[in-house]
Amino acid sequence: MLTKRIIPCLDIKNGRTVKGVNFVNLRDAGDPVVLAKQYARNGADELVFLDISATQEARKTTRDMVLKVAEQVNIPFTVGGGISSVEDVDILLKNGADKVSVNSSAIKRPDLINELANKFGSQCVVVAIDAKQLEGKWKVHLAGGSIPTNLDLFEWAREVEQRGAGEILFTSMNHDGTKNGFANEALSNLSQELRIPIIASGGAGSKQHFVDAFKKGKADAALAASVFHFGDIPIKDLKQELKNNNIEVRL
Amino acid sequence: MKVVIIDYGAGNIKSVQFAFKRIGLDAALSKDSGTIQQADKLVFPGVGEASSAMKKLKESQLDLIIPKLKQPVLGICLGMQLMCNKTEEGNTKGLGIFDVSVKKFSNQLNKVPQMGWNNVFDLKSKLFSNINEQEYMYLVHSYYVEQCEYEIASTNYGVNYASALQKDNFYGVQFHPEKSSAAGEKILKNFIEL
Repeated sequence: MLTKRIIPCLDIKNGRTVKGVNFVNLRDAGDPVVLAKQYARNGADELVFLDISATQEARKTTRDMVLKVAEQVNIPFTVGGGISSVEDVDILLKNGADKVSVNSSAIKRPDLINELANKFGSQCVVVAIDAKQLEGKWKVHLAGGSIPTNLDLFEWAREVEQRGAGEILFTSMNHDGTKNGFANEALSNLSQELRIPIIASGGAGSKQHFVDAFKKGKADAALAASVFHFGDIPIKDLKQELKNNNIEVRL
Repeated sequence: MKVVIIDYGAGNIKSVQFAFKRIGLDAALSKDSGTIQQADKLVFPGVGEASSAMKKLKESQLDLIIPKLKQPVLGICLGMQLMCNKTEEGNTKGLGIFDVSVKKFSNQLNKVPQMGWNNVFDLKSKLFSNINEQEYMYLVHSYYVEQCEYEIASTNYGVNYASALQKDNFYGVQFHPEKSSAAGEKILKNFIEL
């Protein structure tokens, strides 16, 4: 059976790993290549690198990092952050990334999704969506969650699927950094409305939260950062717990 | 040992080269017919869309060279699918090495593409020496090869399908050994030792 996937996310700034709590107050959690290898050994199914560098110069550092990760790591990985063109993606894929994730640039110019899917195939196009629930409605946000838009989460998710996205990485800004669990109701709605995989993100604090994201949220994969980086939840223990709950995982 | 990865411009092939490097082997990338014909082992990778990949093969006349090769050839993912008769993707005629066709998964049963780790079972080749039945491999695909006489591994995604094929010196795997952790690297080692 196809397994549920556990995906550590490494936020990258100037070639180093950082993790934002509610997208601010960054803490340092080490060398991305070393961390990536460690995660691969410890049973992570995939990795996501999110480049939060502010400058073009720093993004070039990330391209070099991608090459090093591809050389040394034997599981798939996605690179996101600051990607706005076919050319950006071409360089990252040539450096060995398996998938790319786009977010703000796809909101600003949705045709980007079609261009990427047509040129590289849907399998490598992840669309990341940051959304916040305001008065019962899920609104998509831009630029790392700082700028609200008028887009409805579910409408936008359907649109990106139609445009050729291969996966959706949904981050609930209400949950991100809280360690109180994932946005399971919204996840479940997304997962049932769409026919592409949904990656749950934002809110992981305990093993039970992952169980809930898969059982209640019907997510195909779950992503987290700090609970993994700081060793709060070892991935092997997490997978054992999932297995004990009859969730198919690779152990 | 000269291992050549056939570089016809389809998809991310550096990952395959890096995986060989991790098991201690320098594999070359080439689309030169002479280099390809003289290799000891060949890898035929592929990521992307079938009809455009087939067009690229034809441009380098690799569609004529590959079926005539006598040394072990390992098709990966789309590479394996292109070694079949035809695929529903872009209604494309393949290389015809494996007399079987490639179909699209129904998204009524499951999400398409299948993306992630799934088991391989009924393993029937030296390619899988010391690989456990039900081992997990990483797969990303929307099209699949039906169960057939060439099948050396099966996987279930709504239906049981052939996740690896063999005929004479030709091998194909639907999964990505280069991305399938230590077990995937073991399969690449086994291929080198064939």
